[in-house]
Amino acid sequence: MSEIDPNLLRDIIMDHYQYPRNHQLSEEPSYQSKHMASESCIDDITVQVKFDQDRIEDVRFDGQACTISTASTSIMSELVKGKTKEEANEIIRNYFSMIDQKEYDEDLLEEAIAFQNVGKQANRINCATIGWKALRDMIKESEGK
Amino acid sequence: MKIAECRKDFPILQRTMNHRPLVYLDNGATTLKPQPVIDAVMNYYTYLGANAHRGDYEMSAQVDAAYEGTRKKTAAFLNAHCPEEIIFNSGSSEGLNQVALMLSGQRLQAGDVILSDESEHASSVLPWIHASQIHQTKVEYIPLDEEGKITVENFKKALHDKVKVVCLAQVSNVLGFEAPVKEITKIAHEHGALVVVDGAQSTPHIPIDVQDLDVDFFVFSAHKMCGPTGVGVLYGKKELLDALDPVYYGGESNARFDRCGTLILKETPLKYESGTQPIEGVLGLGAAIDYIQSIGKDAIHAHEWELKQYFLEKAKALKTIHFYNEKAQSGICTFNVFDKGQMIPAQDVASFLNTKGIAVRSGTHCAKMLVDVLQVPGTCRASFYIYNTKEEVDQLVAALQEATLENCIGIFF
Repeated sequence: MSEIDPNLLRDIIMDHYQYPRNHQLSEEPSYQSKHMASESCIDDITVQVKFDQDRIEDVRFDGQACTISTASTSIMSELVKGKTKEEANEIIRNYFSMIDQKEYDEDLLEEAIAFQNVGKQANRINCATIGWKALRDMIKESEGK
Repeated sequence: MKIAECRKDFPILQRTMNHRPLVYLDNGATTLKPQPVIDAVMNYYTYLGANAHRGDYEMSAQVDAAYEGTRKKTAAFLNAHCPEEIIFNSGSSEGLNQVALMLSGQRLQAGDVILSDESEHASSVLPWIHASQIHQTKVEYIPLDEEGKITVENFKKALHDKVKVVCLAQVSNVLGFEAPVKEITKIAHEHGALVVVDGAQSTPHIPIDVQDLDVDFFVFSAHKMCGPTGVGVLYGKKELLDALDPVYYGGESNARFDRCGTLILKETPLKYESGTQPIEGVLGLGAAIDYIQSIGKDAIHAHEWELKQYFLEKAKALKTIHFYNEKAQSGICTFNVFDKGQMIPAQDVASFLNTKGIAVRSGTHCAKMLVDVLQVPGTCRASFYIYNTKEEVDQLVAALQEATLENCIGIFF
């Protein structure tokens, strides 16, 4: 587990919550969309992805969400932009490992390590993963085609 | 009310949450259980043991006496005309589903309308929406006033010839306003409509007199009034229960049946209680009724309202709390917290309060249509009950004072 100053990690979440990146949906038909309505809380977000063949060209999201879902999805959108699907899948795998308190590669996750302790509040794990699940599903669906 | 004495009856209040004394303010979701209720449930498992209405032995007769005794007690609790009007089931949700299925299948015609409203809990409105898809009936909504209340005036506006059922909560679980059920029922009956009332949030807190209200059906859950989970009551007027057929069939609800399909059901209420009921739950409900009666509903309601006014006064001084239901005279306080003018998501506030040992609810509270009326995605709800104290309110206010966006995110580190 990272020994980074907790205040710094908290500030990363604050920043992405207050100024979420890629926080506007596109109306272009080249985007795939996934609507995620949490069963347990108010989080209700839509994540969009635009693929350029094997590469993730753009990720966007919008919706009603708490601090953790907004910030985690914002950070994800920055992390995977420009990556290949395989690279993105690797990042996503490591992120879920971190959330599950298992081994993960810190370097791959960059700012997303701010969520390393989200499991301290078990009911909030869903918030930290809702946007990530949407992207994971869309990559999987695109590969199935 | 002697709260210190009352608190001693609730062993769970000795526990901690996040290493702090428990401040339980989610009584709208469920209430804690006093020792007499726990004892009643335990006594069934450690002494009574037998099934109800079945055995030719002493244990069974003792169970029957306790079970049917609770039916009588429940009838008195609601001031029902007779004990036969009390059906035990798993709780309010089941009761509302039973009524929706029975009336939709046996009384309503395609095109008939059920009147609901946008502050309803999922359990009150979804059974009718589901039934409407099967029976081609239609659900319409009484418009709420600017505070989110149901008024007689708006009810009259929504009423028309096609309305055959009115189904609403006596007390809204989000805002805590009491609907004018008696007046609405009188008007509905003049128009030939039946009235179904969800009493889940009213029965634990205010006196209920189903004969005075004149409602046709009324439901409540034991667990919201110090009783066990998984048990509740459907009250129905005897003539309606006699005329209707049950939704479920099985053991103990029938008197005779044969291979030709001839079926003779038992009389009301047993024809509605197929299979083995949650007997320990029913006995626990009986103990809960005794417990509540010993304190008195008027005292309970006065105590909750006093706590709410105290909370409002203290919280308003913080200037960061916005209330959505100040005027609702109940123990339900619905609010959001603001930091530098920006609303903190309700779930973040609830998670922060959790770290202080304080349990509140966040979200839409199962009333998902109300979001459009309040124009906020979610709220925090603190709901008081008999064992809550002003000291606990002080702890809540102190925690809310610390509930900045920074601190709400800080709980993860």
